[in-house]
Amino acid sequence: MTPQAVVLPPPTERYTLLGWLRRNLFSTWYNALLTFAAAGLIVAAARPLLAWAFTQAEWAVVAANLQLFMVGQYPRDELWRVWLCLGLAAALVGLTWGVWVRGRRGLGVLLAVLPFALALLPIGAQSRLALGGAGLAGLLSYALGRWGPPGLRRIAVVAWIAYFPLILVIIRGLGGTFLTVVPSNLWGGLLLTALLTVVGIVFSFPLGVLLALGRQSGLPIIRAACVTFIELVRGVPFISVLFMSQLMLPLFLPPNVTVDRVVRAMVGVVLFSAAYMAENVRGGLQAIPRGQTEAARALGLNGAQTMGLIILPQALRAVIPILVGQFIALFKDTSLVVIVGLLDLMGIAKTVLAQPQFLGRQIEVYLFLALIYGLFCYVMSAISQRLEAALGVGAR
Amino acid sequence: MATESPPARPAPLRSFWRDERVIQAASQLLFLALIAWVGYLLIGNMLAALRRQGIALGFDFLDNAAGFDIGETLIRYTIADSFGRALLVGLLNTLLVCALGIVLSTLLGLLVGVARLSANVLVNRLAWLFIEAMRNIPLLVLLVFIYQGIFLKLPRAREALALPGSIFLSNRGVALPWGIPTDTFTAYLAVLAAGLVLAVLTGLGLAVRARRSGRPQPTLAAGLLVFLLAALAGWFLLPQPPLTLDRPAIQGLNFRGGRVLSPEFMALLLGLVIYTAAFIGEVVRAGIQAVSHGQTEAARALGLTGAQTLRLVILPQALRVIIPPLTSQYLNLTKNSTLAAAIAYPDLFSISSTIVNQTGRSVEMIAVVMSLYLAVSLLTALIMNAYNRRVRLVER
Repeated sequence: MTPQAVVLPPPTERYTLLGWLRRNLFSTWYNALLTFAAAGLIVAAARPLLAWAFTQAEWAVVAANLQLFMVGQYPRDELWRVWLCLGLAAALVGLTWGVWVRGRRGLGVLLAVLPFALALLPIGAQSRLALGGAGLAGLLSYALGRWGPPGLRRIAVVAWIAYFPLILVIIRGLGGTFLTVVPSNLWGGLLLTALLTVVGIVFSFPLGVLLALGRQSGLPIIRAACVTFIELVRGVPFISVLFMSQLMLPLFLPPNVTVDRVVRAMVGVVLFSAAYMAENVRGGLQAIPRGQTEAARALGLNGAQTMGLIILPQALRAVIPILVGQFIALFKDTSLVVIVGLLDLMGIAKTVLAQPQFLGRQIEVYLFLALIYGLFCYVMSAISQRLEAALGVGAR
Repeated sequence: MATESPPARPAPLRSFWRDERVIQAASQLLFLALIAWVGYLLIGNMLAALRRQGIALGFDFLDNAAGFDIGETLIRYTIADSFGRALLVGLLNTLLVCALGIVLSTLLGLLVGVARLSANVLVNRLAWLFIEAMRNIPLLVLLVFIYQGIFLKLPRAREALALPGSIFLSNRGVALPWGIPTDTFTAYLAVLAAGLVLAVLTGLGLAVRARRSGRPQPTLAAGLLVFLLAALAGWFLLPQPPLTLDRPAIQGLNFRGGRVLSPEFMALLLGLVIYTAAFIGEVVRAGIQAVSHGQTEAARALGLTGAQTLRLVILPQALRVIIPPLTSQYLNLTKNSTLAAAIAYPDLFSISSTIVNQTGRSVEMIAVVMSLYLAVSLLTALIMNAYNRRVRLVER
């Protein structure tokens, strides 16, 4: 009788904590060393930081000046406009999430909780109410996008395009009794930072598309002019462009025309951003296969129609992620306007640190700034990545 | 897209203004005329404005005595020196920070990029955290935080923190031991030059032998060894060591001896290096990931060792992907060094804005600064492009 062959079960890879640790942290002797070194680094950095944050730091400097940090000298009676813009933004993000992204749990929950979590901070009843309202608007529009009628996608796209010019109108005002004009020298803090970014994007986008088209054009003079502008601006530091707009714009204009400092800075931001925008759009244009042009021409479309109906829509769609990246970079770059004396987040930080009762509180203030910038940029880039994945941009 | 001219056909009935060539030429002329007209208006306004202020255009003011002092200079500079020399001081300071910054950020970036690819989860996540933090915080906030929050918060010189190796940290800067040239220093430089020539000759000889024999030779290692031997021999065989070590010591309210690196310089360098290193880390990671794993497997199957695989197979291919984005990171670092203006390091930009304040010559100074940065950018791009030509894939 032949012995029954013992059939062993296939080796299972057991997923235990110890196994995970062994595989990911202690696989070889040098990996173990690296693990200890990294852990030591974390402890060495985190311990004094946490000890400082909870024992020595005096966060009163932030709490007392929160409104200044957020909106600068924007009139208190008109603050509802800022909240309105924020609520609209929340609604738009909610709608977008509902229409496209749908079931992405982690970041979605984070976004939904964020306004309510911020409302828990000690910021005053009115702000809490407004933040709660913004959060609700976001949730409601998410529900609308998720379970609402089809055809909302087109509306969402149009709403995004209309949103940025709209908030400029709301913040500045049109005159009259309802929306009185708030002059730009009263804008400040995070509001000014955001508005500089929005103006930069809204105006540099068409300019950048034109420049990109000009650079691709077959007409040598137009191409040379566009290339010169783009390479000149990209070759010099942003701050020198800002200085130029600040110092030379008044010289270029006729003597009876005066523009205030914020508008001058905006001109610099737009010119600078347009050159980078042009290069990004050019990348999109070059990614469109030549067959598209040829097919369009074969169908009898003329040059302008080919560009406007066939090439540009595809090119712009392909560069959406890069444009979002540029938006974030611009948001960070606008901090440089403090060097030409504007009161954006950095500028407000400087004035706050000059208050006699808060001398020497630089670490708290700049950590707070880093936190604000970090939160905004991280959320923006995370949203854009999810949206990119959901839209299937670049991976069609 | 180049507009294609329709196939040439005889068109006697077509009017000349419908001829595409005429339209193209006319539209370009119109565009040129428009640019010329706008330029004429702007420059006319500018000249009129300058006349009203009683300023004539011209660069002869650069010979006038500057009348302001500069904190740190690489060349001799006094208040009585000219504006032109002050600009030169600024340019050298900028070049110093950029050169050091590029080298250090490349090294740190390489480390971060490799850590980001590590199989060790802790190291991997730590690198990710570092990269995300740097990418989401504006460089200006980082710089000001490092300057005001760290370097200016160090203890005073009298209570300076002493690190091993006679390094002192204080709010006056970092004091390091520094070599002071003795009488034999020039002779030692000659020895070093001779060692360099010998090393190159050794390397070339080995390279020739490698080609003849078909066996790899330790070209680089042998060259380095020869140079090192020459350097050591020179140091000990000369009648007196070429450098004597000067250790800093605390005397009164300041340091005596050694070399004191100012807090402004240290903050700028540190900020630029860690900020750029995060971006370089991403570039390196992307470059290494672009080489498919099959390449490694094939190299190992051919019997190459791990180090050989890395040096002969992975790196040459990864470099091809890495060099172009790395170049733009170097350019960014150069342009970002203008943020020195925010922390009072006397770089080219902050010195030129001091000159603008003193003389009111904004037009000339902006022209000078922009063209200098453009030149530095072009120079960096030229060097990197030349290198890129050597490593890139030669296609059909």
